[in-house]
Amino acid sequence: MTAYDIAFAALGVVATASALLAVTTRHVVHAALWLVVTLGAIAGCYLVLGAELVALVQVLVYVGAIVVLVLFALMLTRAPIGPSADVSTSVAHRVLSALVAAGVTALLLTVLLPLAGARVDRHVTSTTVLARDLFSTWVWPFELLSLLLLAALVAALAVFRAGRPPTGTAGRDAVAAVPGPGEAL
Amino acid sequence: MIHLAGPYLLASLLVGIGVYGILARRNLVLVLIGVELVLNGATVLLISTSASRGDLWSGGSVLTLFVITVAAAEVVLALGVILAAYRLRGSIDAAAGAEAGTATGDGAGSAAADEDRVSAR
Repeated sequence: MTAYDIAFAALGVVATASALLAVTTRHVVHAALWLVVTLGAIAGCYLVLGAELVALVQVLVYVGAIVVLVLFALMLTRAPIGPSADVSTSVAHRVLSALVAAGVTALLLTVLLPLAGARVDRHVTSTTVLARDLFSTWVWPFELLSLLLLAALVAALAVFRAGRPPTGTAGRDAVAAVPGPGEAL
Repeated sequence: MIHLAGPYLLASLLVGIGVYGILARRNLVLVLIGVELVLNGATVLLISTSASRGDLWSGGSVLTLFVITVAAAEVVLALGVILAAYRLRGSIDAAAGAEAGTATGDGAGSAAADEDRVSAR
């Protein structure tokens, strides 16, 4: 066991335990907060594996932006604050889901673990090399991704507007109590 | 020196837990959390391959950055769909129609929505 192995194992245990809590807790808001712990621990794993920039982006984008979006979605759909019984399916359904999940994990482990082999030298991806590759080899996919983000932004707005009921007097009455994005934000 | 069994184990566990979250949750936002866990399992695998040997063109790190960006776009779209569904049906319960029967499932959902609106008023 090298120091890297021990650090990775500690962070991996934190990530796995909080991920388990995120998918099993009865508190809706706690699930999103456990996801923060999971993503932070995974960012630490990236640091141990020598990907510094990716760890920072993970904290910035995942913990900073995506979890905030998830929390906003919970607030806009009036998630209950306390424990609620109906966030998970029935016991039989959950047992079946756990079996499928265990099967997926076992399948991945049988494929991946034989590939692990012996210890390898830890290869650090320096930010300089990463930046040069990103803006030379990967520049077109990178620019395409910015287009994808723009399209997602516009599409989210369009989907949300399409979901609005017709704005007659009756329709306006019916939706009056449901907060729109502008009112809630 | 690092052993790759750890990263591989973590990636498999994250994907498994994420699949459980997708299958066993009724609240659509919590299903989304399961999807995030699956995506993170994939990125842990990408980073561990780039850590094991110097990969060509820093592919592991760059593709991880791309996956994070795509996840952000996906969450934005999912948020729009979930909010539209909440407006139309009054709840984001994925099992609402399945348990009350397909014919009456919609009615039960909108009844709950009416109740919600009345209490809000």
